Amino acid sequence: MKEIVKLLVVLTGVCVVAGLILSFVNEVTRDARAYQDRLEMLNALNMVLPEHDNEPDKDIMDVSGVSYYVSRVKGSINGIAFITSTEKGYGGLIKIIVGVKPCGEIIGIGILQQKETPGLGAKIEGARFRDQYKGKTLAGVKWSVKKDGGDFDQISGATISPRAVTAAVKDGLEKFSVNKAKILGGTDVNQ
Amino acid sequence: MSISKEFIKGIWKENPIFVLVLGMCPTLAVTTNVENGVGMGLAATFVLLCSNIVVSLVRSIVPDRVRIPTYIVIIASFVTVVDLVMSGYFRELHHSLGLFIPLIVVNCIILGRAEAFASKNSVFSSIFDALGMGVGFTFALVLLGSIRELFGNGTILGYPIFGGGYEPVLVMILPPGAFLTLGLLTGLFSVFEKRKR
Repeated sequence: MKEIVKLLVVLTGVCVVAGLILSFVNEVTRDARAYQDRLEMLNALNMVLPEHDNEPDKDIMDVSGVSYYVSRVKGSINGIAFITSTEKGYGGLIKIIVGVKPCGEIIGIGILQQKETPGLGAKIEGARFRDQYKGKTLAGVKWSVKKDGGDFDQISGATISPRAVTAAVKDGLEKFSVNKAKILGGTDVNQ
Repeated sequence: MSISKEFIKGIWKENPIFVLVLGMCPTLAVTTNVENGVGMGLAATFVLLCSNIVVSLVRSIVPDRVRIPTYIVIIASFVTVVDLVMSGYFRELHHSLGLFIPLIVVNCIILGRAEAFASKNSVFSSIFDALGMGVGFTFALVLLGSIRELFGNGTILGYPIFGGGYEPVLVMILPPGAFLTLGLLTGLFSVFEKRKR
């Protein structure tokens, strides 16, 4: 009985001390982590949005489950960014940020998260692959890779990753076109 | 054993990777380039150093029957500290090491040294044991990372080494490359050791 008590006391003591230290470190690093999170989001947004004078990471509109980050110049919308994702990558989840003009034309896309094969599928992060989405719209473009009869180049040795990205971007654009009226509705639009 | 021997043994005679063959999971997974190797090595060394010190300090008050849970709590706490600090101040590295930071908790080198060394030795020699093992681990990761980055990507620390015409041997930065490199290096190590004897 006495031994059990000793075990309890020691283990509890160790856990309490560990908990205290951790909550202290958590507190101390909280601001730095929040700052890094914001920096990351801003970098991603700046990659796909036009010049703006607002803070698009705080100018968010949530429409049917998707967050739309709005960039403005003097209050009028000149670009919208949203995040679209797919589970169909070779390594699972791929998260993509897409920036569009209010008319729905793509300004640029950025890959936020991917686990594709380095040197093959991971080339979807490269500008050469991403740039082919620039200027594309939902209508008038065959949204699949060339191998499937579409308009987008696959990467040699990796068709699955470009196929997943193309489908995800298309899906994002479709949702945007459905929600477009709500996002732009009532505001002054700068085409 | 003298202090310098305590330190040196981790780097060469009892190198955690090439001789003890511990901590294979992070070793194989993160050594796709030099930077990851250095980052992982230093993070693990920090955790190893702190946990060795604390385990050695509490060795007389922790009853045998709860020593393993105690060590795990101590190690996990330091790992969480590393994780939080890295996420706040070294975000890029935090991204590329990803899941392998929390997995330092189950890195057998750290629990192994706590159990085999720090729980039986003074704080002072535990510090040198940790430093030696940490340096040995880092050295091994950097060596693996350099070889894999050089052949698999044609660069060292991101700087091109071979010039433009080099076609990277992709397999080197894929998982098979990790096994091949590790196998060859471990073999070389034991050849060296046999020669010396």
